[in-house]
Amino acid sequence: MGLPTPSTAHLSQEKYETVYEPAEDTYLLLDALESDRLQLQEQTPTICVEIGSGSGCVSAFLAQVLDPHHALILSTDINPAANMATQETAASNKCDGCASDQIRTRFAQAMDVRLCGKIDVLLFNPPYVVTPTEEIDATAEASAWAGGRHGREVLDILLPNVASMLAPRGRFYLVVIEQNKPEDIIALLKGDGLDGERVLSRKAGREHLSILRFIKA
Amino acid sequence: MRLITHNMLKCHVKNCTDPDRQFPLRFKDVQLEQIEAERNDEFLVRMLPRIDWPALLKTTKELGIELPETVPDAPADDEGFLQALHTAILETHVRQGTMLCDGCSHEYKITNGIANMLLAEHEI
Repeated sequence: MGLPTPSTAHLSQEKYETVYEPAEDTYLLLDALESDRLQLQEQTPTICVEIGSGSGCVSAFLAQVLDPHHALILSTDINPAANMATQETAASNKCDGCASDQIRTRFAQAMDVRLCGKIDVLLFNPPYVVTPTEEIDATAEASAWAGGRHGREVLDILLPNVASMLAPRGRFYLVVIEQNKPEDIIALLKGDGLDGERVLSRKAGREHLSILRFIKA
Repeated sequence: MRLITHNMLKCHVKNCTDPDRQFPLRFKDVQLEQIEAERNDEFLVRMLPRIDWPALLKTTKELGIELPETVPDAPADDEGFLQALHTAILETHVRQGTMLCDGCSHEYKITNGIANMLLAEHEI
């Protein structure tokens, strides 16, 4: 057993009703980060960004993975309940080394210009479920999982910007399911100079989940 | 929201493009909170190149927070500088308030330490 999974017991409160609770996809991402613990620490990341932080479980876990190394962890989400949940998760799983802040925004908007070429670790567990386009962002809950055609419509808005957001040697970890066409995503980002691979895979119910990891030269 | 995070925020309203006015966002009616945190000099030195110093200086002056005008040549060896930097960027939190863009007058609200940077359809 490795690092403890951050506690998210507070999510049972009514105010967090619309927040995505950690599930198999979340845990797979935690496992991928933990596997890379040594490499991540050696990288000495200074600025880390998690897009769509939801419960904040992944951001809090990243702080533990990096410990005793210090970093700034910025967690974004469009759902204000998710921003609050992330804040509470960060506070209840205190990792003194990392300064964690939450911002309500889409992707990394409003920060992306200043952070261009400066993000050392970028994390995204996107809304990846294949749904009709109309379901994307239809409700606060749906914004966590509805991904439209091939489950790619939300992710596809971010992908062209990833390479420029990352710092040299920066890393991008992404959760996908087979329907998202992971091989296509790898090929797409390769064209932007990112070296990508499938680092972990797991079947959870009907979902065949994978974590893709991209590294900028 | 710590001042280090504020140093990363820029107005992103459509057609608001004057770099001198859209950054840094100006604080209005803010409630600050000082929360002590363990100082890590190695982290501060690593973060330094990513900070927009003129913007940070402008903001700290507006809030009445002490910060040296210039970054010393050897910041890693300057105890006083590191302590001032640490207090300003990591220990100073904005709990409530508004951030105003001098360029387009858009106001971004901060609630419970969380800045809302979302825009309406016509502003994107």
